[in-house]
Amino acid sequence: MNGPGVGWYLIVAGILFATGAMGVMLRRSPLIVLLSLEIMLNAGNLAFIAFARQAGSLDGQIFALAVMAVAAGEVAVGLGLIVAMARRGVALDVDRANALRG
Amino acid sequence: MGNVLVWIVWFAAAGGCIASGVAVVSLQNPFYSALALIGNLASLAVLYLLLSAEFLAAAQVLVYAGAVMVMFLFVIAYLGGRADAPWAGGSPLLRTAAIVAAAAILVEVVVVLGLAWGDSLSEPAKVTAAFGSPGEIGELFLTDHLLAFEITSIVLLVAAVGGVVLGTTREKEETAS
Repeated sequence: MNGPGVGWYLIVAGILFATGAMGVMLRRSPLIVLLSLEIMLNAGNLAFIAFARQAGSLDGQIFALAVMAVAAGEVAVGLGLIVAMARRGVALDVDRANALRG
Repeated sequence: MGNVLVWIVWFAAAGGCIASGVAVVSLQNPFYSALALIGNLASLAVLYLLLSAEFLAAAQVLVYAGAVMVMFLFVIAYLGGRADAPWAGGSPLLRTAAIVAAAAILVEVVVVLGLAWGDSLSEPAKVTAAFGSPGEIGELFLTDHLLAFEITSIVLLVAAVGGVVLGTTREKEETAS
């Protein structure tokens, strides 16, 4: 393999995951939390693909595709929730949305 | 020569990835955050290409930068000024704990990688040019991973229906609010 070895990609994945985790824990806007979650999922995907290259097996790439599909579903449901919050006049703050009822 | 070129592309992509990731987390305006995430996804696609995952790089740009981010931008535009997200919130203790936890994840990753650097990470497997091509991925999806493929389609259908159900409000609630 030309250029950087798999370890370098894994370091990038680790930094991205830590960045996303920080965003999820520090920010209070549900939109930014969702965006940070996307960063975390993509860091996981990068690790999957790096290990797939290392092992010479495509199973890791298949798993990364499944993660991508789950992430797309998560965004659909999450954005639906945010729109529902906004329509009902709930403040867009993850700390204030703490009552669960129909 | 080719080796140096790959390193340069890798540095540009990895730097762009991390910088845009930090921008997503730190910007106040969610619109700019979402735009930064598009940059993040594009540079990740370059990294995928360097790892010879051609199909995944294409899918990343199509599914994420195309479909998912358009959905994000529509919702942010719909929310308008209400979507603005100042940094406020959380006690100082919670904030410190969040930073410590994120730093701990990073340190763990680096330590584990450092321990494995010499032996298990040194020599990647030899792969053919078809590795990661749509043909190979498609064949695996229709043979070994057929069940995962079908379940993925059901997950996507349920999520789409759930998103519509959550996003719509009944007439009565609409007039009441």
